[in-house]
Amino acid sequence: MAIDPPSNRLWWKEPIHRIELGWIIIAFLWGLFMFFFMIAWHFIGNQNLSTESYRVLPEQYQERVELFAEEHQLLDASGEPVDVDGVPVVSPPPGEDAYLLGRLWEWWPVLELKKGEAYRLHLSSADWQHGFSLQPVNINISVHPGYEQIITLTPTETGEFGIVCNEFCGIGHHTMTGLIRVVE
Amino acid sequence: MTTIDHGPIGLPAANVSYRTCPFTGRRIERNAELLIRANAVAAVVFLAVGGLFGLLVALTRWPAVQLLPAEWFYLVLTGHGANVLLFWIIFFEIAVLYFAATFLLNCRLATPRFAWLAFALMVVGGVLANYVVLQGDSTVMFTSYPPMMADPLFYLSLILFAVGALIGVMVFFGTLVVARAEGTYEGSVPLVTFGAVTAAIIAVFTLASGAIILIPTWLWSMGLIAGIDSLMYKLVWWGMGHSSQQINVAAHIAIWYAIAAMVVGAKPLSEKVSRFAFLMYVLFLQLASAHHLLAEPGMSSTWKIVNTSYMMYLAVMGSMLHGLTVPGAIEAAQRRNGFDRGYFDWLTKAPWGNPAFAGMFMSLVMFGFIGGISGVILGTEQLNVLMHNTIYVPGHFHGTVVAGTTLAFMAMTYLVIPIIFQRDIIWPRLARWQPYLFGLGVAGISLFMMGAGTLGVPRRHWDISLIDSIIPYEFASGAYLMMGLNGLSAIVAAAGGLLYVVLVVASVVAGPRLDRPGATLTFPLHKGGAEAVSHYGSAGTLKIPGTIILVAIFFGAFILYYFINWKYLSALWLFN
Repeated sequence: MAIDPPSNRLWWKEPIHRIELGWIIIAFLWGLFMFFFMIAWHFIGNQNLSTESYRVLPEQYQERVELFAEEHQLLDASGEPVDVDGVPVVSPPPGEDAYLLGRLWEWWPVLELKKGEAYRLHLSSADWQHGFSLQPVNINISVHPGYEQIITLTPTETGEFGIVCNEFCGIGHHTMTGLIRVVE
Repeated sequence: MTTIDHGPIGLPAANVSYRTCPFTGRRIERNAELLIRANAVAAVVFLAVGGLFGLLVALTRWPAVQLLPAEWFYLVLTGHGANVLLFWIIFFEIAVLYFAATFLLNCRLATPRFAWLAFALMVVGGVLANYVVLQGDSTVMFTSYPPMMADPLFYLSLILFAVGALIGVMVFFGTLVVARAEGTYEGSVPLVTFGAVTAAIIAVFTLASGAIILIPTWLWSMGLIAGIDSLMYKLVWWGMGHSSQQINVAAHIAIWYAIAAMVVGAKPLSEKVSRFAFLMYVLFLQLASAHHLLAEPGMSSTWKIVNTSYMMYLAVMGSMLHGLTVPGAIEAAQRRNGFDRGYFDWLTKAPWGNPAFAGMFMSLVMFGFIGGISGVILGTEQLNVLMHNTIYVPGHFHGTVVAGTTLAFMAMTYLVIPIIFQRDIIWPRLARWQPYLFGLGVAGISLFMMGAGTLGVPRRHWDISLIDSIIPYEFASGAYLMMGLNGLSAIVAAAGGLLYVVLVVASVVAGPRLDRPGATLTFPLHKGGAEAVSHYGSAGTLKIPGTIILVAIFFGAFILYYFINWKYLSALWLFN
């Protein structure tokens, strides 16, 4: 029994039954398939998380986001800055950099993106770790203070998309949200 | 065979006393027995506390109930993680290690004083952690990611616990040496002990990782170190956090084999294959800590692919092999026991009324189907982005750690109480139902959390209605339904957990005594298995058609779910 020493002292010389051998081969091949499929997705798929990252001081990053928001602030027909509940709406030019700052407890600013255009989205935190969770699309990325991660993001649908925080960041964690608008 | 010099080890200390177990015919040494008892009792106490915390968490996350205020929710969630994921499981694992090295090898426990020191340190660490968390300044979650900082005592409590556990593991290794030197067994160690050895090896790596990261973090919390890099912390911390779950896997699979052997007389189909599968864990499971860094900045894709695949899924292969060999061994044994008709006579006529067997088999099925498959999906480089840090993640690990490990440990308790505590299980009718009740609840918890996670519900989050936010966002109504069903399932699981704790305490305190001549077990152990085994050459006469069908169903589900997730991923916004 499994709780006794093997009855055959030379157990390693016992042959392996073909049922077990067959399953070993199947499991091994399936593992290899899954391994190579991850590599293949880098060539055939459009959803591969970028690994472009830089070290950055949280204060510096915050300054750059503020500069970015000022520069690309969305204006309405009368030339007034557009905001959502006091958070500025920023519309970066297609194909260029867009910045998002995670801080206690909001994603700042609101971004307005164009459908089908690629943006270099910068993500970092001003304070603690946060979790960028774009809903209902369900793209989830960790955000660390001191590290700036850049992903090339292309929205494929229009509408308003919420960003919630899914890394615990203190007592206000459940109030931390943000918004990405996608327009034609 | 190698010969071992018996000289330096010396004779056993004078105070070693053995008794013979009337049900198994094995020798049990007094110190080993006391230490197994102490660790098992401590485990159950921490399970009771952590389980209560878990129920409070689930009832708070049920949107229609939202039981606790936010501060208390995060505090209790921190306590839940530490109590059940660390204290309950590692105390029980130390008991399992001592059991596997002494009871299964007919040996005394090495250095009982060190074993008591280990126990004392672990108790102090566990109690201190609860005290500090309940103080309220250490609501940092079980993972305590910097730059969020806890009270220094929080880190110290975990360090004390880890050091204690490490000493316990060393006592286990020492006992193996003693058993070898005193010749208490013939040939190779039993498969269950081999599995326990793999768990212990992984434990050393795990506890060392914990020390490497928690000691500097502790110094940082006292102001002696300027800062802790958040990515470095995450990498090394998960060397403890995820690897400790791999101790569980090795330990609970060893328990599957042990229960199958003790209840139905199961013998491994092939010692070579089962041991090889355990060996794969030692070699590759540790890479799994990388699973937690798939959505982080700074790691290259190559690093992610090599590590998260456990080096080409060789550790997953280990689990898939156990997925065949454990039910296969049971089927072969049951057919030997006379249940040889049709494909599934062996399964339908299995001792389902024995809570040890029922819990073990449910643990096997749910660990594979719920925890195992979802774990591979979560650990795939690109698919991770779909569920990273959503409540899918707790859904997955409740499938592994609760449905898998905890249920297996509960099942094992129904054998440990008669053998080690010498008390029979009190209220057998209730005991019969306990694993089903708990299993049903846990299956619900896991599946509904996974369901809510695919709808984007974040983990560790007090209020998914986001009412207090500046910018509102409305989750799909399905998410609310899933979280409600999760709350209901948690009530069922908590009822099963409470029943377990009550049964254990009542049996230990007031169960029918078994140390009298002629006492019999309510849930009998398998008789005559040993004789049958010696005639049975598994490789020559193996016939396990039922298991082949079960494994084929599992593999089909695995492939299907794997590709469903790729399909889902391909519909996301484009990013690279």
